[in-house]
Amino acid sequence: MTYQEKKSIVSLISSILIFVIYGAYKYQSYPDAGSESTEVLRYWGSYVLVLTLVSIIAHIVIGIIFNIVFRITTGEKEPAFADELDKLIELKSYRIGFFLFILGFLLAMGSLVIEQPVRTMFVILIFAGFLSDVSGNVAKLYHYRKGV
Amino acid sequence: MGKNLVGNHIRRLRFNHNEMTQQQLADKVGVTRQTIVALEKGNYSPSLELAFRIAHAFGLPLEEVFYYGEHAEGDGE
Repeated sequence: MTYQEKKSIVSLISSILIFVIYGAYKYQSYPDAGSESTEVLRYWGSYVLVLTLVSIIAHIVIGIIFNIVFRITTGEKEPAFADELDKLIELKSYRIGFFLFILGFLLAMGSLVIEQPVRTMFVILIFAGFLSDVSGNVAKLYHYRKGV
Repeated sequence: MGKNLVGNHIRRLRFNHNEMTQQQLADKVGVTRQTIVALEKGNYSPSLELAFRIAHAFGLPLEEVFYYGEHAEGDGE
């Protein structure tokens, strides 16, 4: 298995772990106030912001650890640059990720139109972000294994 | 994936050029080894620029390295 394939798998697993662990942690502190209260909106705002920040930092740290482990276990250095195949695969994975996120965004707006609580809108938005991240990694893995 | 109509003789040419490794060819043409692997497997059609760089690395015209056809694959043909 190549460096890029392994990296996609590590990225995929870390995305799932970060989302599940952070979700379980934040679930405990969901406010008891009414669904449209300022406190609830602040909760969701901080949920999204902190998740974004945690995700970025965790991905950087996991990426560094992965590179170290890769060098130790294989004795090879990771590729120092992205060539045309890497860029093409990245573009394809972004396209799938963006498409799923936009779909989720539209669904989230739709939930407000049909008078669902704000919580539903945020849950759909957050899941769309998660699915977009996961699908991007799956698409990368698929293209690295099967070709473009 | 979609049908790849561009095949190549990279694997054979590497062998004929003092058994050049995939990494050596990758370094010569400025891509990663993974891309050479994908090309040899017939999983990827390179850009015109990369195709010319590969042909140049072997000192051959483009059409002696790459070909176009229904049964195009890598040299693992």
